[in-house]
Amino acid sequence: MTQLPESSSAPRSDAVSVKAVDKTFDTRSGQVQALTSIDLTVSAGEFVSLIGPSGCGKSTLMRLIADLDQPTAGSVTVFGKTASQARRDQDYGIAFQQAGLLPWRTVAANVGLPLELHGASSSARSARVAELLDMVGLSDFADRYPDQLSGGMQQRVAIARSLAEKPDLLLMDEPFGALDEMTRERMQTELLRICAETGAAVVFVTHSIPEAVYLSDRVVVMSPRPGRIQEIVPMALTRDPEHAEALREERAFFDGVTAVREALHTGSPVPTGARGVENR
Amino acid sequence: MTAENLAPAIRRRRGAPARELVRWGYGLLGILVIAAAWELYKFLGPADGVVIAGARVLPRTTDLAMPHTWDMVARLFDPVTRSATANPLWLEVALAALTTLGIAAVGWLVGIVIGFLLALVMQRWRLAEWGLLPWIILSQTVPLIAFAPIVRSWGSRIEIGAFEWQDWMSVAVIASYLAFFPIAVGALKGLQSPDVIHTELMRTYGVGWWKTLLKLRIPASVPYLLPALRLGAANAVVGAVVAEVSTGMQGGIGRILIQYAGQASGDPSKAWGPIFGSIVLGLAAAGSVAILGAILRNYRRVEINA
Repeated sequence: MTQLPESSSAPRSDAVSVKAVDKTFDTRSGQVQALTSIDLTVSAGEFVSLIGPSGCGKSTLMRLIADLDQPTAGSVTVFGKTASQARRDQDYGIAFQQAGLLPWRTVAANVGLPLELHGASSSARSARVAELLDMVGLSDFADRYPDQLSGGMQQRVAIARSLAEKPDLLLMDEPFGALDEMTRERMQTELLRICAETGAAVVFVTHSIPEAVYLSDRVVVMSPRPGRIQEIVPMALTRDPEHAEALREERAFFDGVTAVREALHTGSPVPTGARGVENR
Repeated sequence: MTAENLAPAIRRRRGAPARELVRWGYGLLGILVIAAAWELYKFLGPADGVVIAGARVLPRTTDLAMPHTWDMVARLFDPVTRSATANPLWLEVALAALTTLGIAAVGWLVGIVIGFLLALVMQRWRLAEWGLLPWIILSQTVPLIAFAPIVRSWGSRIEIGAFEWQDWMSVAVIASYLAFFPIAVGALKGLQSPDVIHTELMRTYGVGWWKTLLKLRIPASVPYLLPALRLGAANAVVGAVVAEVSTGMQGGIGRILIQYAGQASGDPSKAWGPIFGSIVLGLAAAGSVAILGAILRNYRRVEINA
């Protein structure tokens, strides 16, 4: 745990395996069924998005994988270990909707925080931080403070931080949700490039259909009350890192969007011309 | 000691030197306005003050009751007594003020340690917060004058080997009793201030309470702690002066406040020397925290979300 793994020594088992998971929350007004009979497997290196309307439990599912909450029934394994063991072994990196940077630390110190907490030597740390800042294109901002950065830059710092310990799994809870559309598209393309470079599996929570389609190998469509998996839609997009942006204009992309939309609207064909209308 | 006083000192000071000068100017102007009001009332007010239904609502304006402001200032540079070897008043007041400042500083430091430890316990265990916080608030309602002599008499019974309880220690204990309160409350607020996202982040890093405390909670508490420390410093000075008076300790400013006030019938301006001294003392104590704030200025940054 104190050492940075040089290469992914974990056995190439599935990154995430969720089996028959239920999750209920006890609230004042009684029990709330957040998730019911969830089965999901994410292979190593695979990009899986969780999409669905508010209250469908997509964030809860991600939190179970991160061991920030525990399932009421069923099992969650990460690289063949319990979620709790995987958390303690630092098998995943995590990014939230808010960057969550520590305001009193410089960009470099924020990115290096997990390394510092786990006792990496300062020379190893600064080398890794330089590498990560280069990866997210913020090398010139290493000594700035978070309040001196734009929202998009803060989020890039958070992503660099989540990658600090070379995790084989990235958990992202609407990381681009608070960004404007243009920054968002650029960040998506950057994320794809970073994933291709690191080979990490990703569990990505979003409620944007184009975002899910553009990024994912598979899109998990969830529905609310109680939260459950409606359908898993495989994406058949051919990815070419050189021309990642061009994908947004392709036929296959629009087909993917349609497929996910239909799944979201519980399988009923979506009438054309009613784009953007949500009938929850 | 309201919640507003403990609100985080989050505004960053980006004062140009000119603006700094203007602020000092306003401070000086305030003093001049008070002095002018004093002299104006002294000039216009009736010699016997204003009495309504047998109660005097405004003071007499005689030189005995209200000396001229310039007399008060001039008196500072005259010798304390008629004796040829006597120090000027300002020096006597300054020496006494330094004694009190030293005792107040000890009380402040003790107050910081106790206040911070209490905050840590209350942060760590919710139950401790419910159990302790009401008592901490209640502790401040005990009249200081009432229990200062008790502290002194308890202290005088303490004698461990070569260690003997000194009078100034009683004063420091009482000063710390006033100082710990804002620090305990402010530190608790600060330690509890990190967002859920930050505490969860620490959890995903698999680190425990101790490392979370060092890397997250203590740095995050700085904006809350600084105003609390400033209040604590001012409280420690008040506590020390009051404790000096009520325990009868020699050498501090509390003692000469009483002593010179007793001589006011013969030398009315003299009593104002220690009053000015104690004001400067409080300002110096609170101001020293500002230096601490300048050193810790990076911890006063706040997160700005996009």
